[in-house]
Amino acid sequence: MSASKPDGLSRRDFLGVTGALAGAGLLAGKSTAGDGDNRPAAGGLGPDPVKFGLRVNGKDHEVAAEPRATLLDVLRDSLDLTGAKKACDRGECGACTVLVDGKAVYACMMLALQARGREIRTVEGLAKGEDLHAVQAAFIEHDGYQCGFCTPGQVMATVALLEKTPSPSGDQIRAGLCGNLCRCAAYNRIFDAAAAASKAK
Amino acid sequence: MRSAVAGLELLEPRSVNEALRMMRDRGPATPLAGATDLYVHLNSGTLKPRRFVNRWALDELRRIASKRDGLSIGALATFTDCLRSPLVRRRLPMLAAAAREVGGVQIQNRGTLGGNVANASPAGDALPVLAAAEALVVLRSTEGERRVPFSAFYTGYRSTVMRADELIVALEIPPVAGKQWFRKVGTRLAQAISKVVIAAVRDARPRIALGSVGPTVVRVPRTEEALASGASIEQARRILEAEIKPIDDIRSTAAYRRRVAGNLLACFWKETS
Ligand SMILES: Cc1cc2nc3c(=O)[nH]c(=O)nc-3n(C[C@H](O)[C@H](O)[C@H](O)COP(=O)(O)OP(=O)(O)OC[C@H]3O[C@@H](n4cnc5c(N)ncnc54)[C@H](O)[C@@H]3O)c2cc1C
Ligand code: FES
Ligand code: FES
Repeated sequence: MSASKPDGLSRRDFLGVTGALAGAGLLAGKSTAGDGDNRPAAGGLGPDPVKFGLRVNGKDHEVAAEPRATLLDVLRDSLDLTGAKKACDRGECGACTVLVDGKAVYACMMLALQARGREIRTVEGLAKGEDLHAVQAAFIEHDGYQCGFCTPGQVMATVALLEKTPSPSGDQIRAGLCGNLCRCAAYNRIFDAAAAASKAK
Repeated sequence: MRSAVAGLELLEPRSVNEALRMMRDRGPATPLAGATDLYVHLNSGTLKPRRFVNRWALDELRRIASKRDGLSIGALATFTDCLRSPLVRRRLPMLAAAAREVGGVQIQNRGTLGGNVANASPAGDALPVLAAAEALVVLRSTEGERRVPFSAFYTGYRSTVMRADELIVALEIPPVAGKQWFRKVGTRLAQAISKVVIAAVRDARPRIALGSVGPTVVRVPRTEEALASGASIEQARRILEAEIKPIDDIRSTAAYRRRVAGNLLACFWKETS
């Protein structure tokens, strides 16, 4: 985790400048102040690690991470939830898809700090004990994968789609999953699995 | 974890005004919305700024409301917000059409209209819509608010009249009379940046805007005038192909873009007749 210096500012210089601000770190989750308030601006977070809460799969967790950490890094490295995969790490492939407040997002493109106070769901939270979620069961039934690397992302995107659109048309399925790539090109079976899951419910 | 983003500092305003004060007092501080553009630069190490103002929680900037017979769309409204909004679908269907073609679902859920405008890419899919609709960009700083006509907002490739202490708070769209039309041409349907993107309004005064055919989004007044004064679509098409100044780049060639822009103009005219 070495610091790069694209603008000639060393990490240490930078820490010197901002350390004082970080000390006044604001850890509250939700904002309360309305407009028109003229209080001095609250301090910044980071660049040193800060502690904050994340609610994942219905459980509250306390994590410590640098503000630059993505939601994906914190899920995988701090919470050991490795279902969401890191492939492109730049919002192109969908392997890292998780749900935030019911919406599918790329966890690699969201700062973990931006997910505070929100309901995060990952593939690990789908099954109830040994009972698989209907979408998971449908992916198995219909062989909705080959290597399986993209599968957690495909499953989560399907869950988000079906929660919003319980009986999607073929076009709606393709649109709902268009942000998820599959290197193995198992698309037809993935779409079959999504269609079957919508009927299974 | 990426080393290119070491040393990121995040400011957490609790209100829009506080965000503006942070930008004034702690600058340079880059406003962060959905981060779908910023994260690409952060990741590749090409981004200089280190201090960011996180506005994702400022729901006051996410409202979509009717404004007289037009619309006011908060800068933080996501593409998903736009395409699900009955108001947008009724009054500005070409924006809903554009929103549906941005990235994939995950990008639509995070990418914001304000981010698309501020990012100032000539390929931003919402930009031709806002240009054809003659939107106003509502900018706010601690000193007050100003409204800039969309046609005066961009000053060149990736540059705008927005000052470093200003935020886009909303886009205001006057009532749009006439049939609206939108089309994006890219390499593939999802996750592709436009090679040519067009939004147009069929009215006594036709309005046509194109993206990816110049350094900024452009209106094509000579083509519009020709159509308004009864030129044939073939004539208008020749005027358009001379009026735009596309370039060769990694996504396409100038010749291809000219040709496609002409085809799109003809489609627009036919499908809205
Ligand atoms: C995989 C992928 C696919 C994409 N596909 C498309 C596509 O098909 N079409 C398309 O048009 N775009 C696409 N994009 C680009 C991007 O998603 C959009 O431009 C989006 O609208 C950016 O919004 P954001 O909220 O994420 O912006 P951010 O990344 O948060 O910000 C972008 C820039 O705007 C500034 N900014 C943001 N909000 C404001 C504000 N209110 N006031 C002042 N400055 C502000 C930021 O400082 C930054 O410089 C894609 C991106 C990715 C990663
Ligand atoms: S790892 Fe997030 S989209 Fe590819
Ligand atoms: S199953 Fe291998 S990438 Fe999709």
